[in-house]
Amino acid sequence: MNENVLTQEREPTAAPGVRWGRVVVWIVVGLVLVFLALGLIQAFTTQPTAGKAPDFTLNTYEGQQITLSDLRGQVVVINFWASWCAPCAEEADDLEFAWQTYKDQGVMFLGIDYVDSEDKALEYLARYGITYPNGPDLRTQISDLYHIKGVPETFIVDREGNIVFFQQAPLTFEQLSAEIDKALGQ
Amino acid sequence: MNAINVYVKRSLLAIGLLGIVGVALSIAPSVQAQDGVPTPIPPGDVTDDQVNELAEQLYCPVCENIPLDVCGTQACADWRDEIRTMLEEGRSEDEIKQYFVDRYGRRVLATPETRGLDLMLWVLPVVGVAAGAGVLVVALRRMAPGALAAQAEPRAAPRYDTLDPEYVARLEQEMKEFTS
Repeated sequence: MNENVLTQEREPTAAPGVRWGRVVVWIVVGLVLVFLALGLIQAFTTQPTAGKAPDFTLNTYEGQQITLSDLRGQVVVINFWASWCAPCAEEADDLEFAWQTYKDQGVMFLGIDYVDSEDKALEYLARYGITYPNGPDLRTQISDLYHIKGVPETFIVDREGNIVFFQQAPLTFEQLSAEIDKALGQ
Repeated sequence: MNAINVYVKRSLLAIGLLGIVGVALSIAPSVQAQDGVPTPIPPGDVTDDQVNELAEQLYCPVCENIPLDVCGTQACADWRDEIRTMLEEGRSEDEIKQYFVDRYGRRVLATPETRGLDLMLWVLPVVGVAAGAGVLVVALRRMAPGALAAQAEPRAAPRYDTLDPEYVARLEQEMKEFTS
């Protein structure tokens, strides 16, 4: 009979291999959950309606490079549109008229062409006589920054670079004019 | 328990190998289109089938989960026209797909790329299935009659090294007297 019947060493209850297997399973489950969470966050993030406007650089169809942060000191109207979007056509004339009205008053307009064919986009710009800078949203990087849900969508950024207006629908000249005046402090 | 250990070790080895394959794929240079002057196809010689063959590998960037070949919107019709024009210019399949990725992002690809973060879309399901299979086999082995019988054996006595040494010594002494 063993004298140390009570104090003898006993086998561990679970082998190390089993514990490692559990760790691997939990890591895989964790990764899947992280991916799901990231997808949900992305899906449910809405457009910014206040605070600093996300910075971006637009490569225009005319070959210019315009960076939003370089326009600090001016009011900036950012309009997301596409040639295949019928509601965008409804506001096209009003946007151009607003541009002509305010371009000498410290207001800049930027047209961001969302997932569009270049030929069709240029046709659209010519058809509506749009003269303010427009460029493609390459790889949808700008629209991803602004979490747009469709087109047209318009943001107005004040002189300090803060978003002061957002609309997820076509705009009229009167609406635009009122919001631009507010941003200019008039 | 040994059989389970062997199985777990094999599962870990398999998952490790999958991980190595995944990393190797991620750092391997992607296959580039062959150099050379593209051979233009005369306008009108590109068939709808040729356009659709490529269009079905792309998704409409605007509509949710609709392949470009069956999408009925004006935007998709424009993009199919673009594919036709590029085929007529003699551009390769890879070049056309890259053009769409450059303009509209990786989400237009029906099949995710095998590099960058997209690689996870290939590796994670395989690792998940392997891990799930491992869990299933371990669970089945534990439920096997032999394993159940082993579990039914009396459980090992609790450890006594945390008890008062005087109490343990007294207990040891009494056990000795009882068994002698």
